[in-house]
This record gives sequence, C-alpha cells and structure tokens, in this order.
Amino acid sequence: MKRFKVFGSLVKDSFDTITHGSKKYHLWMALLTFVMLAGMYCYSIQLEHGLSVTGMTDRVSWGLYISNFTFLVGVAAAAVMLVMPTYVLKDIDFKQAVLIGEGIAVAALIMCLAFVIADMGGPSVLWHMIPGIGVFNFPNSMLTWDVLVLNGYLFLNITIPFYILFRHYQGKEAKRSVYIPGAILSVFWAVAIHLVTAFLYQGLQARPFWNNALLGPRFLASAFAAGPALIILVLAIIRNFTEFKIQDKTIKKIAMVVTVAAQINLIMLISELFKEFYAPTHHSESAYYLFFGLDGKDALLPWIWTAIPLNVLATVLLTFHKLRNNFKVLFFCCFILFVAIWIEKGFGLIVPGFIPGPYGKIAEYMPTGIEIGVTLGIWALGAFVFTILAKTAIGIELGKLKYKKKS
Amino acid sequence: MSNNSKKWFSLNLGRKEKTSSGSCSCGKTSGGCGGHSNAHQMTDEAFNEAAINASIGEERTKDGFEQVFDVKMDRRSAFKKLTASLLIGAGAVSTSCSVISGDESKEKAQIDWEEQFKGNYKLMTDKEKEGTVDRLVRSYQLRTGKNISMSSKNAEEDVLFGYAFNISKCQGYMDCVNACVEENNQDRNSEMQYIRIHEMKDGKGFNFNEADDNYYHEVPAQGHFYMGTQCFHCDNPPCVEVCPVQATWREDDGLVVVDYDWCVGCRYCMAACPYDGRRFNWSKPEVPEAEINHNQHYLGNRMRKKGVMEKCTFCVQRSRAGKNPACVEACPTGARIFGNLLDPDSTIRWVLENKKVFRLKEDLGTEPKFWYFMD
Repeated sequence: MKRFKVFGSLVKDSFDTITHGSKKYHLWMALLTFVMLAGMYCYSIQLEHGLSVTGMTDRVSWGLYISNFTFLVGVAAAAVMLVMPTYVLKDIDFKQAVLIGEGIAVAALIMCLAFVIADMGGPSVLWHMIPGIGVFNFPNSMLTWDVLVLNGYLFLNITIPFYILFRHYQGKEAKRSVYIPGAILSVFWAVAIHLVTAFLYQGLQARPFWNNALLGPRFLASAFAAGPALIILVLAIIRNFTEFKIQDKTIKKIAMVVTVAAQINLIMLISELFKEFYAPTHHSESAYYLFFGLDGKDALLPWIWTAIPLNVLATVLLTFHKLRNNFKVLFFCCFILFVAIWIEKGFGLIVPGFIPGPYGKIAEYMPTGIEIGVTLGIWALGAFVFTILAKTAIGIELGKLKYKKKS
Repeated sequence: MSNNSKKWFSLNLGRKEKTSSGSCSCGKTSGGCGGHSNAHQMTDEAFNEAAINASIGEERTKDGFEQVFDVKMDRRSAFKKLTASLLIGAGAVSTSCSVISGDESKEKAQIDWEEQFKGNYKLMTDKEKEGTVDRLVRSYQLRTGKNISMSSKNAEEDVLFGYAFNISKCQGYMDCVNACVEENNQDRNSEMQYIRIHEMKDGKGFNFNEADDNYYHEVPAQGHFYMGTQCFHCDNPPCVEVCPVQATWREDDGLVVVDYDWCVGCRYCMAACPYDGRRFNWSKPEVPEAEINHNQHYLGNRMRKKGVMEKCTFCVQRSRAGKNPACVEACPTGARIFGNLLDPDSTIRWVLENKKVFRLKEDLGTEPKFWYFMD
C-alpha cells in the first residue's frame, strides 16, 4: 500500500516538475507540441486516403518511415554503451550520464514503434500481431522477433531507471542485487535488437544489396557511433541549461566510444565498397545506383555524397586526441557523424535495396510533404518524451523531487 | 417473441411505426422489426405501467420484506416476470446504443463488428469460412443492393497447379493483362496489374535490365520478343515465411494466397519477393459497379480494402472450379499453359516432359511453379 502512495506522490511531483520551468523550456515544449499536432494532421490525411499520399509505390515499397525506424533502433541500442560500464563494471564516471542514455533509449524505442505503425497499411487490425489474440508467426518471421526484442528492450529500459529513481526519490539507495541482473540482460538485449533488425533485411534473398553478411555487424558499429554521439550532444545541452553536473571526464569517455565505433564503421564501409566495385556483379547494381546513379537516375547521389565526406571527416577529426578533447570540435564532430549515419543507415540503406527492382526496373523514390510531416511529428514526439523523462530524472537526482511523508 | 432468432431486441423507442395495425408489415417473422413486440402499440406511459406491472406487479402495495419473501408465484408468472425484465434490460441496452438507427444499419454494424474481430481464414473451420463468406455477401447486398456469389471452396486432393509460358509464342498483345484486371477486380485508379510483359531485344538474351515492361506501341515490334511474369506460386515462398501474422500462405493445391482481412499491410512480403509478384493497395481500390466481376472467391477476386496486399492467385475462383485462369483463356497465341501437375495426362505435364523448360532465379531456392520454354 505504501508503495502505491509513494508512486502516486511521484507522479504528482513529476507532473509538477514537467509543467513548470523557464520560459525557454515552455517555448521548447510548445514548439514540440505544435510539430506533433502538425504530424498528427498529416497522419490523419494518410489514414483517410491510404499510403498513396506517401512517395512509396509498388516498386519502392519502404521509404522514409522504415529508414528512420532502422536508424532509431541503433540509437536505442546505444544506451548500452553507458549501461555496461556503470552498472556492470562499476565505472562511476558514467553514473550521471546513464540515466540520460536510458531516457534516450526509451524515446528512441517509442519513435521506432510509432514509425512502424505509421508505415502500416491497416493500423486498425494491428491486434492481429499480438501474441495470443492474433496469429504470431514466430519464429519464422524476423519481424515477430523484432517486435519481441524491441518491446522487451523498452520494458528493460523503463523498469531499470524507474527502480533506481523510485528508490532515490524516497531517499534510499538502489539495491545492486535488484538492478544488476536487469542491466546485464539489457547489455545482451541491446546487441540483439540491432542484430535482429539487421537480420530483417539481411535474410531476404530477393534483395542482394541487403543480403550480405556484413550488414548486421555494420549496423552495430554505426549504431555505437551515432547513439553515443547523440548522447554527448544531449549531455552538452543538459549541462548548459540545468544544474545537473556532468563532468568533462564522462563526456571524454563517451567520445572515446564514439571514436572507436566510427573507426570500425569506416573499415567496414571500405570493405563493402571494395566488394561492390572491385569485381562488380549483377548484384552490385544497387550500390552503383546509390553512389553513381543508373541510367541517369540519381536521386540519392546528393544524400550519399553528403554522408560519406561527413563520416570520413568526423572519424578523422575524432581520431586525434587533441581535436577530440576540444569540446567545440567534439560537438561538431558528433553532430556531423550523427547526420552522416542517419543518411547512411536510413535512406542510403533502405531505398537502394529496392532499386533496381527484381527485374531491373529503376523507379525512384522521393518522400512527399505529408510523409515528411509525419516523420517530423514522430521525431518531435521522441524529443517530447525524452524531455519529460529527463526533467523528472534530473529533478530526482538533484534531490529537488523528494517523497515527503505527510505528517 | 418465442421465435426470436435475432441477436438483439429492439424496443422501438423513437422509431417510426410502419403500420398502426397489430400485424407487422415488414414481412419477417422474427422480432427484429419491432412490430412483433406487444409493447410498441401502447403509449410510453402505458408501457411504463405495463412494464412495472410485469416486473413487480402487486408488490407495489407491499413493504420490503413482503416484496421479497411473501410472493405467490406459479411457474408461468415467474417466467413471465423473468422474460419481461430481461426484455426491458435488453431493450434498454439496445436503445441506449442506438435510438434512431434502422434494422439495416444495425445489421451492417453487426456484420462490420463480426468482420473486424474474425480470425485468420487459414485457421478457420469450413463452417467459419462459410460464415464469413455469407457475411461478406450480405454486407455487399446491404451496401449496394446487388448480389454477388462468393465461394470458400478449399483445395481439392491430388491437385497441384502449375503454369508454363511459351516465349516463342508470346507477341506482347497484353490481352492477358486486361483479362486479369477485369477478372480479378483490380483497382482501376492506380492501374494495378498482376502480370508484367517484358519486351526484350532480339540478340540480347534475357536481359531484363534493358527490357521495357511499360510499352505503348504496336506489337509485335520488330526485333523484339516478349516474356510475361507474375506471381510464380513458389513451393518454397519467401513471402510466406516473412509475414508476421500468417496472412499469406501456400494452399494444398500450391496456390499462394492472401487473407485480405488479416493482412496488416507491413509490406514485408513485398520486400521478400524476388519476382515482383505482389501488389499493395496504396489507396482504396475502386472498380466501376458495372465492371465488377460478381463471381468471387474469398481468397481470390473479392473486393479488397485499402492498405492490404494482393497478388495473382491463378484465378482461384476459376481454377478451383475446373476452369483455366483468365490470362490463359484470353491469350490469343496460346503461349500460356495451365494445369494440374499431378495429373500425368495434363498438357502442363506434357510440356514439362517434352520441352526444355527453365525457371527464373532458380539459385534462390524458391522453387517456382512457373516454367518458361521455347518451341
């Protein structure tokens, strides 16, 4: 009974915290709300007219939604880069950052699920996918694996921080024996979510561009670069706008993680390019389309030729200790790396998988305004969820939010 | 009220009387039209009075204890009271949900409700299959006033359908494409077509990259040959493996089919198909009423909704009725051959045994049941 009372008080207190703040905070939340509403309006148009309002066709049947979904799974998996050292290896330097990382994971997973639902032709029959009520094609369909691992990871990333914050809220220490097993599990789970998502594409013999053993490992490498890069940027913002203290040491350690992952990612990219272009086969056509265009169709060229230089530049800059330890350079590198991987793992991966089609047809894809509107709305939703989670967590960690026994 | 076969009771509040006489004009014997209820001929006040009489009757004059315990009651009055109170309750529920709606819209709502929450066709018993087909036929009748016939015929034993395509004969007339669109009620707005005819240059071999599957000129064009593709009904179909909800499967006679009502529209099967055999309804499919083929099969050419997959079914509504698919029948050159692979006397078996046949992308291990050959 007492726990419920504490929980009720926590909900009330956090509601108080998230509704009060500086002018900038209110402006930020109002902006996000506006973008979300605009996205919902775009989605309502899509619901009414069907997916024909998007740029997708029978030739290119997945587009912006699935691209963003794929990328965000990677971002969600990245929270583990902070969880492992803090909880398992007892590296306290990460302690301040880990809750933020898990908040990002929760927001990213919610965005993932929203993107999948936005991509569905029949969201009203989504219950067909619920195990027990519907028919769950497990273990044959990789999509069912993905549903399981994503929801499981969401559960882990909600419960572990919630337990810790709930204890801190009452002024108690969190028990290691309770959260350590969950933390260890979530480490493996994070690798699983990204590998399973890669297998979703990797397992399709119909699409040679995806049907490639390096896809899964490259997903992991790029995720462990882009995710912590985002975490660094978020930590920088939080450091600036709140009293929450994040040491330089923490950020530098995360930067190290980003650097190593970005280097591995670059090596794998070179390996892929070598395979596609040294002895090009019929199966290299998608890569040709992506990097050079086919038959004068070259819609993806500006994207990929933005991504590759940014990726290389960021990796090179990060490799030098002097440059990496300069925070201005670091934040710039993290930003361009994030953008580069978003392009590469989103657009640059999903769209060329369909081009050329099974019989060589080259039909290009360009997202429509409505599609972009829904996408922005979902990103705003993610930012909104994260802001709420982070504000409450920071409030509790700073001791501003405390359970007061009523006397 | 004894022959009450309807699933609900209408209390008739706020609805127009069809006749003032005691007999009902709706022609139905069930209680659904409301005309069979004794209550509806009274005014509201009288009805209330009657209802109270029926349910508590003389207890009104008694106090609490007597009302509960001191009641003379024979079996008949007990039943009467039970029925009356049940009717009042059911009526209240019914009218609270809809006061002004008529019987037809209620039936529509009932059908829509049952259709929304029905199971996967693949797992249905034959009786359940018939049930959903009946509902769909009735729903179409209610909505358009027209009758369709819809079959739920299962695969027959010792039948395995196969298809052969004679590349030498095809001249690219596209009569098969038109016949397919008409037979299978495909969306006219997006010009959805299951069959693609690829026009290839002589001397270049099977070079799909340089082929044109969207030509608008007189055929046969000089120096070209033609080749058709559609769903190959693989024996090891990748599209079936990847579906997260088993909305698509291989039937016992080899047809790969889709339950349009179970599909969630994720389009994973489309990405998994190496043969461009699947189509998606990006918007609500529309077919002019006059052009609708009314001879339908649940797994075949019945009307689709927006946001679901569909594909060639070898015209399941025709092939399971012993006929050739529409494309085979429409082909003016005889390039298309369809039949039962398990029947040793069938033409398709003759082709497979006497011609040099090949299949597309055999290295993928999909085992298509669609062969190509040349004279």
